[in-house]
Amino acid sequence: MPDSTQDSVSKKDQATKALADVPREAGASKPDAILVVDHVKRSFGGLVAVDVEHVEIQRGAITALVGPNGAGKTTFFNLLTGFDSPDTGTWMFEGRDLAGMPSYRVARLGMIRTFQLTKALSKMTVIDNMRLGATGQIGERMFQALFGFLWRGQENSVSAKADELLTRFKLLEKKADFAGSLSGGQRKLLEMARALMTDPTMVMLDEPMAGVNPALTQSLLEHIKGLREEGMTVVFVEHDMDVVRDISDWVIVMAQGSVIAEGPPDEVMRNPAVIAAYLGGHHDRALTDTGVSFTQEASEA
Amino acid sequence: MDWSYIFAVMVTSAFGLQAIVFGLAAIGINVQFGYTGLLNFGQAAFMAVGGYSVAVVVVTFGWSFWVGVPIGILAAIILALILGIPTLRLRADYLAIVTIAAAEIIRLILRSVTFKEIFGGSDGRQAFADGFFAMNPFPDDAALRIGPAVINDQQLFTYTVGWSLIAIALLVVWLLVRSPWGRVIKGIREDEDAVRSLGKNVYAYKMQALVLGGVFGALAGFITAIGAQNVNPDVFKTDATFFAYAILILGGAARVFGPLLGTVIFWALFQGTDVFLRQGIDAGLPIISLMDGTQAAVLRVMLVGLGIMLLMIYRPQGILGDRKELALDAR
Repeated sequence: MPDSTQDSVSKKDQATKALADVPREAGASKPDAILVVDHVKRSFGGLVAVDVEHVEIQRGAITALVGPNGAGKTTFFNLLTGFDSPDTGTWMFEGRDLAGMPSYRVARLGMIRTFQLTKALSKMTVIDNMRLGATGQIGERMFQALFGFLWRGQENSVSAKADELLTRFKLLEKKADFAGSLSGGQRKLLEMARALMTDPTMVMLDEPMAGVNPALTQSLLEHIKGLREEGMTVVFVEHDMDVVRDISDWVIVMAQGSVIAEGPPDEVMRNPAVIAAYLGGHHDRALTDTGVSFTQEASEA
Repeated sequence: MDWSYIFAVMVTSAFGLQAIVFGLAAIGINVQFGYTGLLNFGQAAFMAVGGYSVAVVVVTFGWSFWVGVPIGILAAIILALILGIPTLRLRADYLAIVTIAAAEIIRLILRSVTFKEIFGGSDGRQAFADGFFAMNPFPDDAALRIGPAVINDQQLFTYTVGWSLIAIALLVVWLLVRSPWGRVIKGIREDEDAVRSLGKNVYAYKMQALVLGGVFGALAGFITAIGAQNVNPDVFKTDATFFAYAILILGGAARVFGPLLGTVIFWALFQGTDVFLRQGIDAGLPIISLMDGTQAAVLRVMLVGLGIMLLMIYRPQGILGDRKELALDAR
């Protein structure tokens, strides 16, 4: 599809251009922020898991959230999407305050997440997983559900939309199978496709590549780039630096609960603070010579 | 041994009062536990609320029987809300603990001396169903004979109403689980965070399932109260809940007709063994005649326990269940 490639380039260029003048520092303000986070802090007992002063996410860009294990990335995701509540802090999504909002309402506003451990509903069929994602279904109300003629038409259009997405994610021939029979990578694809059933404006992917075999990685990456093409904002957590370099427009680095650096992938990976966070302060001299060895070690971690 | 008598007892039990009552209770549990994954161990409380509502309205307050019916349903809804509001946000096991405790609290209140004026203490309440039987279309001399067993006109009416309620309840469940609503609750059963992440109000769905199952429990309470012309706190012991669970698991959880098949088989076997053991004692059969009648009655309750264990181990999906869509791993 030459058209979509054309499109992709322009969307990517747009994002790159928009972020070109943004200062390379933690908490930098973006020209068109869809999500603005302030003073979000979450502690478990004595341990401060997340303590983010200020961070902004650019609309229409792919932002990677990276950091060593235990940096608080997943906790930060949980807080933003209402799956956990912070001790303090506010965050605005498209100008709306999300603090204290239950997770399902966050999702209804268009901020959809996936999970590190895939949550495909394995005892339901692939197509039922997809249909579950559709929003505003009349048949999901208890009394209307009793009368098939009230929701049958909507159900058909939901199914048609699901088929379309399944075709795009190459899962159509699996549609009648139980989701539990899919491979790890296919489940990731299903979870992403299901998230798209909600017509989100922002997609939060928690380690979309975890447990996916290399053959599927490339197609997953293309799908994530495809989300940007459609004008969605993507934030994802990832450990593999090659992946981060390949698809992200902007990288936010977390360590010990805080944002320590931001910038385009190539620049941020040369940032001494980032290298120190990953490998400890004593390693920086040896590693500044070869940026490559850093990437490799980080992806192994 | 009078095999025709044993057979007649099995047939009448399979379609008798107890089968109806526990069938309805099990349909309620099927909605809650089978489809939504909610461990309601207090179904006996919902039955008690239904049964006592019709009894107390008539005997204590002297109102019409038919006032008791909506009151019973309303009371079941309120009970479900009271139990659900604090627990449904928590993990599934909290609901189990709260419901089993609440069921005992309700039973102890019903039998307490303090409220004897209202609920009749341990004697319960009797003779309140005249308003119900006034509607009986069967003539006084109508009777259904199954071998030596005779079913009189009042029983005929009770059974007709009871089985109609089961038919309606099954129809409602059948329609619901095939709808998008059913899809959501099945999703919740498996992983509520996944459903929540798609923008569904999981708490509200769980509450709806708890309320619906509780209302079916109240219907079971109506039928047991009418059929026995008696409500008594000891009818609504924890055993009642576990009988209903045994029936559901036997028939197949998360199958629309699981509770129906379960209750028919359960009561045929349960009453059949009783008569068989008693007759065996009278006939001096080896081993069996070592017991007396009272011991035989206890033995069959033990057999129910053994039966539940064996089912859980060897066929957790029950008779109608689909192993692939096993409902029994509610977290």
